[in-house]
Amino acid sequence: MDLFIQLTVSGLTNGAVYALAALGFVLIYKSSDVINFAQGELLLVGAYVTFFFVAQAGLAWPVGVLLALAVAVVLGVAVERTVLRPLIGEPIISVIMVTIGLASVLRALVTAIWGPVPRSFPAFIPRDEVLILGAVVSADRLWAIALSILMLALFSLFFRLSNEGIAMRAVADDQQAAMSMGISIRRIFALAWSIAAVTATIGGMLLANIIGVGGNIAGLGLRVFPAVILGGLDSIPGAVIGGVVIGLLEAWTGGYIGQGLNQIVPFIVLTLVLMVRPYGLFGQEIIERV
Amino acid sequence: MESGIFFESYRQDLTLRRTPAQKIRLALVLAFVLVFPFFADNYYLTLANQIGIAAIGAIGLNILTGFTGQISLGQGGFMAVGAYTAGLLATRWGLPILVTIPLACLTTAAVGAVFGIPSLRLKGLYLAIATLAAQEIILWVVTHWEAVTGGTDALVVPPATLFGLKLGGRGADFRWYWVILAFAIFTTLFAANLFRSRVGRALVAIRDHDIAAEVMGVNLFRYKLLAFATSSFFVGLAGALTAHYRTIVTWERFTIETSISYLAMIIIGGLGSVSGSIYGAAFITLLPAVLNNLGRAFRDVIPGIAGLIPQIQLGVFGGVIILFLIKEPEGIAKLWKDVKDYFRLWPFSY
Repeated sequence: MDLFIQLTVSGLTNGAVYALAALGFVLIYKSSDVINFAQGELLLVGAYVTFFFVAQAGLAWPVGVLLALAVAVVLGVAVERTVLRPLIGEPIISVIMVTIGLASVLRALVTAIWGPVPRSFPAFIPRDEVLILGAVVSADRLWAIALSILMLALFSLFFRLSNEGIAMRAVADDQQAAMSMGISIRRIFALAWSIAAVTATIGGMLLANIIGVGGNIAGLGLRVFPAVILGGLDSIPGAVIGGVVIGLLEAWTGGYIGQGLNQIVPFIVLTLVLMVRPYGLFGQEIIERV
Repeated sequence: MESGIFFESYRQDLTLRRTPAQKIRLALVLAFVLVFPFFADNYYLTLANQIGIAAIGAIGLNILTGFTGQISLGQGGFMAVGAYTAGLLATRWGLPILVTIPLACLTTAAVGAVFGIPSLRLKGLYLAIATLAAQEIILWVVTHWEAVTGGTDALVVPPATLFGLKLGGRGADFRWYWVILAFAIFTTLFAANLFRSRVGRALVAIRDHDIAAEVMGVNLFRYKLLAFATSSFFVGLAGALTAHYRTIVTWERFTIETSISYLAMIIIGGLGSVSGSIYGAAFITLLPAVLNNLGRAFRDVIPGIAGLIPQIQLGVFGGVIILFLIKEPEGIAKLWKDVKDYFRLWPFSY
């Protein structure tokens, strides 16, 4: 039972981070039809920028986190403006490859600035051990889950209530109709990228707090695909549920079966979902069949 | 001043090289390729061999992605299948490379066709993600099926012999150069002719519009699987050659990064162009080597640059992909065509 609770908590933590990364991913896909292979690198950049402000520049952590989020907004807008906008209307392989190229550039920049060796992250979230139902669980994981839930709740309120959020959903639904209602599609694209960078930065710093800052954060980017496919590529609640399910599955198979099976269970799920229900649990059934 | 190319017989219409300029260029390239190994040292021979193998793999991928329009992120996994099949046949049963290489190609073709089955229901980015899953699953099987592949340990392949001639040992690069060259020429000719045939045109029709192709009588099921199998056949050939040439097979050589760099080759070289695949393979293979040499050359001028070489290689790799996609999506093949067109009509270009 102890093992089960520990595995579940660690699965929920990873799942929460996947959900944050997946949220940004789905936003970009929904609003601009771009599939972002650089999502993991956005997590990486976010983690390192936070590391820079908090650990290297020695700022108080609320200030450091706010500055890191500001950098994320600028990065998101810059990427959209310089890299993605020239490719509007290009075939899908160009769009995929351009985000892959972007991922290489971001990874190269990060390792050129901070070096390839992983470092420990200054714990701004307490790491005490907490007893839940008799199982020892590290508190930072609980904090990560709580913060992720908070962020996801904030973003769903944003999409439901604010003008910008409603405009984004309108663009996702029908670009031409949204344009004729006076919504600037360019602004929405830039907004989608900056929100994606912001959620990735939050996910990155939560992850860095648990596993330290290092290149392996970017490796989690690929795990976003099973999460978003399971939940449905264009569904925000789907991204959250997909992220959590994938995180739990990984933790349970890793704990009970082992053999490194946890590394590919997400991809086996991904293949099954693609075979049976390619639009995922909550996605719109507009996938083109051949 | 020419106004066009006119054929007077079917024979002329069927030749691969049509104009005198094309024939002269082909002769020059052939002469260079034949003379090159006698003047190059081992470093350049190694690079040339790497380019040859990469060109075979890139042509294979281009058949699938560039010509048939099926995006594949599983290249690394398929190469692993070819490399491990050839390597295991050679180490376990001591088979000669004339047996291991064809068997490896056929095995990879079969595996490729199996992983191509999702393409019958999925297209575009869904297919790309499905092949990404294929890549991860194949690599996991390779690293965890220890009884057969030896897991994460390197598989040491005995030096190959061909017609009683030892290919390994001193001067291995020189001897392998000719073997790889022969395979590369075979692959190039096969691909160039494939797209002049019924099958090749069916594949291009699928890329351009799958429903229109089906209406015109192209059996999508058959031809898509055929594209996956044919493509994987050559990808497996590249993998098998890697295994025998390197005499060592490790899983690290076949990760998602490999898939990405092969995709970069065909994007930079030119999607849907056989010659473009070769240009792209040369470009992506030479890029890190050139940057490495540049970094060493400027070691004294810019302090600390030597330690940054891996990062510079990665950054330039990504930057070049972005630049080509934005500035010249049709790749080096198109750039070269523009140059030729300019000089064909020079100085009266319109």
